[in-house]
Amino acid sequence: MRQLMSGNAALGEAAVLSGCTHYFGYPITPQNEITEYMARRMPGAGGVFIQSESEIAAINMVLGASAAGARTMTSSSGPGMSLKQEGISYLVADELPAVIVNMVRGGPGMGSIAGAQSDYFQATRGGGHGDYRTVVLAPASVQELTEVVPMAFDLADKYRSPVIILGDGILGQMMEPVDFDGLVRPPDYDKSWALTGAKGRPAQSIYSLIFDVKLQEEKNWKLQRKFRLIEQDEVRYETYLVDDAEMIVVAYGIGARIARGAIKRLRDEGKKVGMIRPITLWPFPMKALRELAKSVTDFFVFELSAGQMVEDVRLALEGEGHIHFYGRPGGVVPMPVELYRIISRHYYQAHADGDRKQP
Amino acid sequence: MKTVYARPKLLKEADFHYCPGCGHGIINRLLMEVIEEMDLQGDAICVAPAGCGMLLYNYFEIDVIESAHGRGAAVATGIKRVRPQNLVFSYQGDGDLAAIGTAEGFHAANRGENITVIFVNNGVYGMTGGQMAPTTLLDQVTTTTPTGRDAGLAGHPVRICEVFSQLDGTSYLERVAVNRPAAVVKAKKAIKKAFQRQVDGAGFSLVEILSPCPVNWKMGTLEACEWIDEVMVAHFPLGVFKEVPC
Ligand SMILES: Cc1ncc(C[n+]2csc(CCOP(=O)(O)OP(=O)(O)O)c2C)c(N)n1
Repeated sequence: MRQLMSGNAALGEAAVLSGCTHYFGYPITPQNEITEYMARRMPGAGGVFIQSESEIAAINMVLGASAAGARTMTSSSGPGMSLKQEGISYLVADELPAVIVNMVRGGPGMGSIAGAQSDYFQATRGGGHGDYRTVVLAPASVQELTEVVPMAFDLADKYRSPVIILGDGILGQMMEPVDFDGLVRPPDYDKSWALTGAKGRPAQSIYSLIFDVKLQEEKNWKLQRKFRLIEQDEVRYETYLVDDAEMIVVAYGIGARIARGAIKRLRDEGKKVGMIRPITLWPFPMKALRELAKSVTDFFVFELSAGQMVEDVRLALEGEGHIHFYGRPGGVVPMPVELYRIISRHYYQAHADGDRKQP
Repeated sequence: MKTVYARPKLLKEADFHYCPGCGHGIINRLLMEVIEEMDLQGDAICVAPAGCGMLLYNYFEIDVIESAHGRGAAVATGIKRVRPQNLVFSYQGDGDLAAIGTAEGFHAANRGENITVIFVNNGVYGMTGGQMAPTTLLDQVTTTTPTGRDAGLAGHPVRICEVFSQLDGTSYLERVAVNRPAAVVKAKKAIKKAFQRQVDGAGFSLVEILSPCPVNWKMGTLEACEWIDEVMVAHFPLGVFKEVPC
């Protein structure tokens, strides 16, 4: 059944339908509706809701609940995500599943409360201390949350690692029609590693302290092997009008929604512009971009930041192609027409440049 | 021949890493004795701290999770809310509970979480080499109070039992010590009572244990035990601070 819901509320409902039984969170705009939705919804669903005293407490409650075998989630934004980073590092080290939502707002510092994409680095580079990555999923519509949320819980359980959903204030607060009919609750995974009390089995423990550096290195390589596996198997992206494209826009989340509007206008004028929208920001669709670079020379990266994902595009293209960039940091959201004008200009320039290498 | 004392079966055969004269080993042993006597081995889940108690999983034959520094009460909250039937306790030092983790301890207490905090007050940061803790006494010399703790500069020693006793969520708070055999017997009783209250669903309980740290106090082991009675107890009086009938 289709209903009109905000992204934040839909995310909460999708989490409950995905089997999340324990939610811990601390209010921060623009994600308060998640916390409020869970406060209303969890008791009736037989779950647990706690408004924690801080984001630090929330992420550590998540860690405890996960260690005890529950499917668990927390959500936050900007400053709150910074506070969660120590806990996320421990979740990775302890190999504990959890879903962490960041409805990104403009930073740095207190920043703005408007939607932005300024936490790409924090999300995709690990964010906390130590040598690690987390899967980062970037939904672009309220309906897509019904796919991304169960996927997040599934990947977290499958790889025993925290998964980050990187939305933004716009996605969180905009109302769109959504139906949950297609949402499939992820399967339950073996959790014999969970701490349940040593009844009928030897005592077991969960910890990340390893004084012996050789063993610590081994543990690190074990995590890295897991990350390589994720890079190999879990890349997700969507392409839009790329087949005949001469310029490809790279944008994610709400940025991709704006870019779609711009591309429609460009196409109306016969400009051959397409788009690739990474759904997993880590692992980043490196191969897909390299593949596109075989037939396209110009890539236009658009982000609601001063330029973060553009670094991954550079890494992916390994010097191939020309990379154009347009970004608006701080929470400013350009209209599709603004982006259309900028892309047009770059499109003409690209055509005017005689030195374009023909692929 | 009558056995008057035996190593608790739940205490693994491993050697403690604790320094000579340290109270952690005694407290570790008491915990395992109590859990064994209460037959809670299959239910107990311990949250170990960052601090000298961080290797508890090497010693305890029960489930143990290590917590980030100070977050023990939040981790214990998460576990307990998933498994309300289990005995869940955090083991925390004074830096862990009374400095970096004050918020988590305070609010777990205030929510009346049905968990137990074993709070080891040794007046210093043992693990990191004897720096000032929030519980360091005035004029006490540590590596970060080289001329003694000065209230004007570093504030006053924090009394957790007294502070927590003001919170409506707390159900049982007692301060004990492990510096003399009679005190150790009392400490064991307090731990047992706290665990029993958790089993009975009474809510948040905390046992604060004054514990010698001769190496960082720069004292002999006996001298450290005497110092607890002669100096520490004056600021941290022993006794029950709260016992809500249940
Ligand atoms: C976030 C963070 N800050 C600092 C540390 C370093 N650290 C580990 S234990 C500790 C203090 C331990 O003192 P206390 O809690 O009093 O326990 P004790 O070692 O005396 O038993 C510190 C500062 C850490 N592990 N994590």
